[in-house]
Amino acid sequence: MATSHNPDHVDHIGHAPAHHRSSLLSYFAVFMTLMVLTVVTVWVSRINLGDLNTPVAMAIAIVKATVVILWFMHVIHSPRMTWIVVISSFLWLAVMFVLFFADYMTRGWPLS
Amino acid sequence: MSDVTLHHGAEHAAEPHKHGHHHPFLQHHFEDLGQQHEASTLGMWFFVAQEILFFGGAFCAYFVYRAMYHDAWKLGSHHQDWKIGAANTIVLIGSSLTMALAVWGAQGARRKFTTLMLVLTLILGGIFVGVKGYEYSVHIHHGLFPGAQTYTNVESAPELTRGVELFMTFYFTMTGLHALHMVIGAGLLLWFIKRTWRGDFGPEYYGPVEIMGLYWHFVDIVWIFLFPLLYLV
Repeated sequence: MATSHNPDHVDHIGHAPAHHRSSLLSYFAVFMTLMVLTVVTVWVSRINLGDLNTPVAMAIAIVKATVVILWFMHVIHSPRMTWIVVISSFLWLAVMFVLFFADYMTRGWPLS
Repeated sequence: MSDVTLHHGAEHAAEPHKHGHHHPFLQHHFEDLGQQHEASTLGMWFFVAQEILFFGGAFCAYFVYRAMYHDAWKLGSHHQDWKIGAANTIVLIGSSLTMALAVWGAQGARRKFTTLMLVLTLILGGIFVGVKGYEYSVHIHHGLFPGAQTYTNVESAPELTRGVELFMTFYFTMTGLHALHMVIGAGLLLWFIKRTWRGDFGPEYYGPVEIMGLYWHFVDIVWIFLFPLLYLV
């Protein structure tokens, strides 16, 4: 489908309109990675690691989420502006968690 | 009058040249489809960012109460069938794969393939929500819901009854919000199946399918965290 713009045209923000298209194989590789990590999640939960079980489960979940974000959600091929939004959203999430638990763990609430 | 093409672009998607030299789906305030694509993707990411914080609040509360009711959380989690949870995780990640493949198909102007992938995504999403509904009915049958005070293991650990109810409150709230997102996603998928089938999308214009994918994958990510936190404590 021909359109008005020259395929070589680079707009004023400085990026080409054409977008990256990942290979089919890469999507299946991502899927298999997520399947393996799901099996690992279940397997590791059955080993008694004491207080470490939940941190390990969350670490695996973070790896899975990162894989989804980078490849399924195409962030790895996205412009820097998208990276800034993605990273800052998790930065704000981290701020929420840190301030939340700084309060609950140190100020006489039941956790401290 | 290229700036009015937006309003009747759908009917003329197959005739891109009818209204001059602009793509029928190029909105007049964008210079070209590339700029439009990036602006809409970025906008969707801002939406996803607030969704991350929305669910993040629930996860914060979950961890505080889990620390306060440690034993009750373990007992409540043992009432979940991890095999069903794991199977549903596979179904949902499978739906993310078909969603990603739908975007791939739209990028390559494979109309039938993209439609098929969207239909598969809808079916897998439907299976997920159906299984969730089955799990809910089992919990309710066993009196495992907030306020019931009757759950089956009450004899073994009566002091944990209220704590287990609190766990189930988090369970129903978090999986319920997640399932609500799934249902909204399923509605959107129906609309995208219709649009894809009539040929709206192609290599020049697949941004909406990409955005649909961002939403679907985000909902998948929420479940990736919910599964170990609710089924494998």
